This record gives sequence, C-alpha cells and structure tokens, in this order.
Amino acid sequence: MSEAIAKVKVATVWLDGCSGCHMSFLDIDERLLLLAEKIDLVYSPLVDVKEFPHEVDLTIVEGAVATDEDIIKIRKIRRHTKLLLCLGDCAVTSNVPSMRNTYTVAEVFDRAYHENAQLNRQNPSTALPQLLDRVRPVHEVVKVDIFVPGCPPPADAIYAVLCAILEGKTPDIAALTRFGK
Amino acid sequence: MPRQIMIDPVTRIEGHAKITLHLSDSGEVTDAQFHVTQFRGFEKFCQGRPLTEMPSLMARTCGICPVSHLIAASKACDALLAVRIPATAANLRRILNLAQIMQSHALSFFHLSSPDLLLGMDSDPVRRNIFGVATDRPELARDGIRIRQIGQMIIELLGGKRIHPAWTVPGGVSSPLTAEHRDTILAMLPEATAIAARTLRWFKRSLENFTEESTSFGNFPTYFLGLVGPGGELEHYDGNLRLCDAQGNLVEEQFPPERYQDLISEAVEPYSFMKFPYLKAQGYPEGIYRVGPLARLNIIDKCGTPGADQEWAEFRELHRGALLSSFHFHYARLIEMLYAAEKMTQLLKDPTILNTFVRARAKPNAEEGVGVAEAPRGTLIHHYKIDKDGQITWANLVIATGHNNLAMNRGVLQVAQRFVRGNAIEEGMLNRVEALIRCYDPCLSCATHAVGQMPLQIQLLDPKRNVIDQIGRDSNGEQTRSST
Repeated sequence: MSEAIAKVKVATVWLDGCSGCHMSFLDIDERLLLLAEKIDLVYSPLVDVKEFPHEVDLTIVEGAVATDEDIIKIRKIRRHTKLLLCLGDCAVTSNVPSMRNTYTVAEVFDRAYHENAQLNRQNPSTALPQLLDRVRPVHEVVKVDIFVPGCPPPADAIYAVLCAILEGKTPDIAALTRFGK
Repeated sequence: MPRQIMIDPVTRIEGHAKITLHLSDSGEVTDAQFHVTQFRGFEKFCQGRPLTEMPSLMARTCGICPVSHLIAASKACDALLAVRIPATAANLRRILNLAQIMQSHALSFFHLSSPDLLLGMDSDPVRRNIFGVATDRPELARDGIRIRQIGQMIIELLGGKRIHPAWTVPGGVSSPLTAEHRDTILAMLPEATAIAARTLRWFKRSLENFTEESTSFGNFPTYFLGLVGPGGELEHYDGNLRLCDAQGNLVEEQFPPERYQDLISEAVEPYSFMKFPYLKAQGYPEGIYRVGPLARLNIIDKCGTPGADQEWAEFRELHRGALLSSFHFHYARLIEMLYAAEKMTQLLKDPTILNTFVRARAKPNAEEGVGVAEAPRGTLIHHYKIDKDGQITWANLVIATGHNNLAMNRGVLQVAQRFVRGNAIEEGMLNRVEALIRCYDPCLSCATHAVGQMPLQIQLLDPKRNVIDQIGRDSNGEQTRSST
C-alpha cells in the first residue's frame, strides 16, 4: 500500500481491566470510521495481528499490571512505542484489580479453586502466567506519557484526546474526564 | 513427526487465552486444551464490602456486559434484603438487560465475527477486521455500529451512563423513567428492529457458504441450560431454570435458580484459570452443557414477540431436536437481537413503565442471597453471604462463559481435527479454530473474573507433551512458526 501521507500507527492493549475502556472507545460509534481514515490500528483485540509491531506511534493501554506476563508485555510495548497512553482508572491507579492486594495470592486462589470448587481442587498453574503479589499501575513499571482517567473515560473524552494527539496538540484532559467518572 | 502448534494471541474475542493442540506421530490432532490465562479474585476481595456497594463493584468484572453483573448482583442483594421489588422496577431492569443484549450481540456479530463471515475465514488477516468490513460492505458495518449504539444509548438514557451505570440498586432502581426518555427510546427502536431483520435475511442467505463450518463447529450432543418464563417463553431477567438434553427433552423444568448448587458443580483443571462447571447428576465430564443464545433458543417453547417467533420457528426447522452446532450461536444471537428490540417496544408501550414507585427499601434481612439472570452469553449466577451488619463474608460467581468451558474445549478439538493438518498448517486453519471460540462469544474478563485480549497460541506437542512447533502471526499478518 502506498499512500501520500502515512497513517498514524495506533495499538490498543488490554492488561488487567474489564474491557470497559475498549468498549468506551467503541462508543465513539460512527466516528470510528472517520478515525479509520487517519489511523492504522496495527495491533488490538479488534484486529488479527498476533505480535506487537516494531514501531508504533501511539499505544493505548487499558488495565493494570497483574502478572509476570503483563510486565514482559508492557516493557516490550514501551520499547516499541513513541507515545504511551494509560486509558482509564485501572491503568492509571490500578483501581479495582488492586483490591486483591489486601489478600495474598494464596488466599484469592483458595476462595476460587478450593472453597468454591467441588472437583479436582487445585491451583491452576500449567502453561499459565504467575500472579504478582501486588497488582500495580502501569506507571510503576514503565514510563507513561499521557494519563486519561475515568471508569471508563467517556467516549467523547477519548475521541477528543485522540483528535488532539493526531493534530499534535496537548489535550486538556482535566476538562474532559476525571477519576471514577 | 509429532509436533506442537500455538496461536498467540486469539484475536477478536474478549479475554486472554491460548490453545494447545496435541498431535500424533502422523500429524492427526488427538487432544486440545483451551487455556484462559488471567485471574482477578472478585470472589475474595469483595469480602468486607457493604452489600449496597456490590452491584457497582461487581459490574467491574466486565465492561462488555456490566449490566448483567449489575442485575445479578442487585437480585442477590434483593434476596439479602428479603424484599419483593416493585413490578415497574423489575420491568425497567428487564429493559436495561435487553438493551445490553442488543449491544453485546451487535459487538459479537458485527465487530468481532462478521469479518470471518463476510471477508472469509481464509481472507487476508491484515484486513480481516471491522475496518475491512467497513471498506467492503460499508452498509453492514454502519448497521453494526448503529445497532450497538442504540443499545448503548438506551442504557445511557435509563442508567445515566453507557458503561458501568449505577442505576440498578438493591431493592429496585434508583430513579423512575421519564416520559421524555421513554419517547426517545421508543423512537429509536423501529430502526433497531429493521437492522436486526435485514441482518438476519443476509445471514440466512450466506449460511450455504458455511456448510462445512456449521457441521463441524462444535457440533455434538450436550445438555442446554437457561432461564425460561412461566409459560416456557424466552426470558432474560427472571424466571426459573430449564434443562434440556440433546434431543430436546426436558430434564429439569422450572428449577428454582437459587438452588443452582443442587444442579451444577464446578471442577478445576490445571491448565486454565477458568473453572469447568458440569451437571452434578450426570458427573464430570459427561455433564457437559451449553448456555447462551443457542441454548436459550433450544430450550424455549416460544420467544413471545411476533417477528422473533417467526424467525425462531424457521431456526428450529434446521434440525430435529435441539440445534447442536455451535456455529448457530451466530444465528441465535441475531434472532435475540430482533427479540430484544421487539420486547423493549412492548414493555415501553405499557403506561405502567412510568410508575414512580421503583425501589423497595429494607435493612439486611437474610444471611444469604442468590441472584440469577441471563447475560448475553448465558446464565449468570451471583451468590453472597453477609454478616449482621450487611458486610459481605463470602461470594461465589458462576459466569455465563464458564458454563461453556467444557463445550469450548471439545469444540476446539472438533474443529482442529476437521481443519488442522499437522503437516501443512495454514493461517486459515488457525483462524477457524479462533472462529469456533468466537461463536461462543466468550467473555473471559467475566469468566475468570479476569480479563485481557486473548493470546491464542496453537502448539503442536509430541506424545510426551514436548512442544515441537508453534504457530502465530506477526505484525504483517504473516504466519510465524518456531519449531524445535
């Protein structure tokens, strides 16, 4: 494909969150098609690319860092991304996922796989990631360039932030969204 | 030579997972495992929280179907308060749930699965997404975006917010519906009905292109479970459980959902954070059953709205007894979208929907409460216990996608045995394995009370379970392989 002006390469990733921020992104509705004229979605749960590309202009991260694999993933993403945007309270503060931090991993597993199971009680561990003792916000692991809070951030806020970034402007995030909104 | 394949990640689904395929010396697929790879711990960390916080907190399990969790949690809390909520509140919750079924089914069908159906299972993976659909068939992509938008706007008009509204509360809903909002919603529903109807027409015409998929995509006998209304009609908010066998015979009828533990148990497997519910009486794994749109349309006697009933009658003529192919989850989902639009219209045209008595207030009156509703993906169960101050001491969640875990594993094996040739793996084969998973529209953020985009890996294992080959796709959509 040869185009006069290269589209901005955008990735979206989803760590430990509820997918609500991705859904709020989809809530920009028909503006998705306008956005598609300006960006290439090069990696996302919505497209079929399986490995994170080498050069991405903007990566939008939903969710907190909860496992050893999340750490590997977010570090790799940071290495290959010019601008890293934390979307939503889980990425920004670790929010609801970090509510498990008051318990040990053994305690949360015990509830799910022993107390609330009737057969083959065991902690699943084959070919699965290791849970971190403490769920952490993304900025504790890698440098973050833009924070957009909200649970989830409203679609209009997401669209306004993306438009500002695409125009090379600094978005006025405080005017668009807030924690818990 | 025996080998192993991995697909990593599974895309266009909601959650983190991977798949392992075990192959014999001659390259035949002998076993398959569907791994769900995230875990969050809602059942534990809600401990100590006040029951009034539960609907909003537990809704954070999932951003795709937060309304289902709101409703199941609110119903469990109604039971803890030991109140019967006002009839108008129940109908308002019912409309909220139907709006969510509409938007979630739209996401599953248009945004996630239509690229396979429209562009083809073997089409270029770089373009095989909703944006590719928007280029080739802009009217279909616009319909999908629009009907999802209508569902989300109804949720916003009722609950004040599209995702994670806090409107549903223990005892009912926090505010009545205004005439203005009712009229706005009623004005949008004819368009939603029309979109659902024309998408069904298109889907039925294109079914003949997918005869191989519809016969081998998770096509096997299982039981089917879901809620039904008192007259055996389609019901997503209330009602009792019905269980049917693969021939369509009733096994359990009007089973009280609060007694779910007498019907199902949960097993754990070492390779997945998602548990494996099974029917207690039939044992493990013989007690395999499916929930969700296909199950609901298999167990009911009627939908209860005119357009959906007509479509349902045609749907049931495809096969004597229950429809067994998981490919038909798509078909069932479209019929339910039509039903949701029609049923919301019916409920909103009843003037009692504007009644202002929409909340029953009480202190905690019971130690234990169960709330069950039909989420877009199937039966959702929230079960809480509290202390005398109304603080949560224990919780158990059985999630729609979890019920389908045994069936998804068996379905992956069936598709892999039909399409994957261990000696000559092609991208389209892998996409079919993923497409099987997409039929179930799994919501793994819900299922493990965990979340993520699903990395799907296909691994070829030798008989000693050593990884011999892995398959994935790189950022150019090219197939990658690492053999050992």
